[in-house]
Amino acid sequence: MKQVYAVPKALQPRATHYCPGCTHGIAHKLVAEAIDELGVRDRTVGVAPVGCAVFAYDYFDCDFQQASHGRAPAVATGIRRALPDAVVFAYQGDGDLASIGAAEIVHAAMRGERITVIFINNAIYGMTGGQMAPTTLVGQKTTTSPAGRKLEHAGSPIRIAEMLSTIPGAAYVARVALSSPAHVARAKRAIRKAFDTQLAGAGFSLVECLSTCPTNWGMAPIEAMTWLEENMIPYYPLGEFRTPEGGASNG
Amino acid sequence: MAERKLFKGNEAVAEAAVRAGCRFFFGYPITPQNEIPEYMSRRLPEVGGVFLQAESEVAAINMVYGAAGAGVRVMTSSSSPGISLKQEGISYIAGAELPCLIVNMVRGGPGLGGIQPAQSDYFQAVKGGGHGDYHCIVFAPASVQEMVDLTMHAFDVAEKYRMPVMMLGDGVLGQMMEPVVFPDPAPRDLPTPDWATNGARDGRATRLINSIYIKPDDLLRHNHKLQAKFKQAQVDEVRCETVNTEDADIVLVAYGTSARVCRSAMDRARSEGLRVGLVRPITVSPFPYQVIADVARTARAFLAVEMSMGQMVEDVKLGALGAAPVHFYGTPGGIVPTAAAIVEEARKIAKAEVGK
Amino acid sequence: MAEELTIAGFGGQGVMVIGQLLSYAGMHEGKNVSWIPAYGPEMRGGTANCSVVISAEPIGSPIVTEPTTAIVMNRPSMDRFEPMLRPGGLLIYNSSLIDRKPERSDIRVIAVPAVDIARELGSDRVANMCVLGAYLAATHVVASESVAECLKEVLPARRHNLIPLNIEAINRGAQLVEA
Repeated sequence: MKQVYAVPKALQPRATHYCPGCTHGIAHKLVAEAIDELGVRDRTVGVAPVGCAVFAYDYFDCDFQQASHGRAPAVATGIRRALPDAVVFAYQGDGDLASIGAAEIVHAAMRGERITVIFINNAIYGMTGGQMAPTTLVGQKTTTSPAGRKLEHAGSPIRIAEMLSTIPGAAYVARVALSSPAHVARAKRAIRKAFDTQLAGAGFSLVECLSTCPTNWGMAPIEAMTWLEENMIPYYPLGEFRTPEGGASNG
Repeated sequence: MAERKLFKGNEAVAEAAVRAGCRFFFGYPITPQNEIPEYMSRRLPEVGGVFLQAESEVAAINMVYGAAGAGVRVMTSSSSPGISLKQEGISYIAGAELPCLIVNMVRGGPGLGGIQPAQSDYFQAVKGGGHGDYHCIVFAPASVQEMVDLTMHAFDVAEKYRMPVMMLGDGVLGQMMEPVVFPDPAPRDLPTPDWATNGARDGRATRLINSIYIKPDDLLRHNHKLQAKFKQAQVDEVRCETVNTEDADIVLVAYGTSARVCRSAMDRARSEGLRVGLVRPITVSPFPYQVIADVARTARAFLAVEMSMGQMVEDVKLGALGAAPVHFYGTPGGIVPTAAAIVEEARKIAKAEVGK
Repeated sequence: MAEELTIAGFGGQGVMVIGQLLSYAGMHEGKNVSWIPAYGPEMRGGTANCSVVISAEPIGSPIVTEPTTAIVMNRPSMDRFEPMLRPGGLLIYNSSLIDRKPERSDIRVIAVPAVDIARELGSDRVANMCVLGAYLAATHVVASESVAECLKEVLPARRHNLIPLNIEAINRGAQLVEA
């Protein structure tokens, strides 16, 4: 019988704590598949953030360090410098990376740190219960923007992929969405390319994954996928913003 | 005997760390410790190591976390305001049980304070500093030679207990030059520890560096484990120097630069016929409570001397437990006390206590 | 008894070098030594000073508050450190630049026209070595041969060609005291 699906070796075969409809599971699988394809599980060290993915180490089947809030790129830098042969990736949410860890991500990119960052942008703080994130859209209601994010009060959401793509040390920067099979297929290629970039020694790589948070958005999973496509993609355009070979493309 | 060399305290710490096998340094500039990163930026590449200037103290301590978790000897250094920024990371390092060396060349505070030598970070260093129940092992050297010896020792202690170790210096110790001898330790292998996250090769089980224990029972067990390690350090790692305490009426208690001034004061007081002794904690965490308790049986009074408004004095009181009165003389703000002022204090106390 | 020096002047007058030479020489003679500079904005404000202690005994405080000797290269340093000298202490001052006489009568005083001598030797820069020479001849805290030996350690390699000139300046300063 032909095998049509298997859990990647870099993932542990167990259920996650993520909510129904959350796209963390998809992102985990894509990362694990890239690690499997490259055959580097035994030299991979992952760095977990503070946020919903704090327990990522329970799901990935490779060495892991758990970092303090926002500091995953700094922790990954320490690992990278200590272990030149390792494959190092950090997995961060939008509060972790775009808010409290803004300095660490910018400077890891500036140094061209040979790490891969998986950036989950779901426009909200998940673990703490749905507060406003730096990526929350204008008008989007959260528990700390109950009337919707106001431009004149909280400014416009930050576009991390575009910002990092201005940094010479960032060799590969892409934004993908996890909202449909076609998007997921493109996301998989981007994540693989990010790891390829690291293994080639080309510099820093980051894939921003537009993701859903049905629980804190107050939506059913399918509704959340639609909301992502109709509201997030127009503000956060998909594509490759920087590639090792130069140039950019729309996804 | 190896050659005596004249070394600045900051550079001596750096060289000692390199000789102890430290190959990784992450830091951020701040006065008065800049000679440490500057020295490391020249020296570490010579021995195949890595110096990296981080974007902040916060990032630097987290780079230390990552490298320590990967199983290498690693350090950072800073001064008071920068150490405050590192406290979050130090708490995580303590929680995740990672060994590393953190050097604090203390300057006056609070806030931006000044850049002159102080000892006002004592509480922060010995009582935890960051959030949660934990202790660092904290060494308080009083000479450039001792900074060398303790730095080389510190990495072994950090690894023995899997705890962050702090070197509590100050602007004087960092900036002064004194002759030092660098012991040439016999070359030895520093095997990668069996908990390091360096890639699950050859089918070994994966490893995790972590400080989150979401189940209260697990966190309770983890806390008991951390405390048990520190209790063991209290038994095995306390270091303290006592001078002339046997017949002393007044016993000065001081560490680091203050202890050097106290030594001058003690000699001067003795030449005036005042029986003064000195207790100099070399580890301020764990603190030599037992030494204080023993001396309290014979001394008339203690005089704690610090370049602060009175921090270590609380530990002296805990050690004395009322068996002898504990007085305090302090100079905050970047002022180093003078021997003359300390002798004057001792004279006043002697008059009051010995006259009783 | 410990020799506790304060050496002070404008930045660029070489006061740190005097302190370091004495420290190296003391160390090579097997003595205990300490050297500590004033650091921070104080040294950026145009004046520089350092404390040096040389002793057969272990050194207590490296910070000198009542110097046994003060070597002062400019007027602000004279004003600041003359009052701090221990009674019976030694004041050596650069009389080429300092336009007043010391006020205290309970100290020993040596005036060294350091800049004038240095100029005769062909370089203003060795004025510090003239006062150092006078100090060594007056106190013998360390041997001037030891100091001469240490010039290579303290001066950067690109200035090693100036070592003979520095030694000459030390000797000229010494002659002033010995005469």
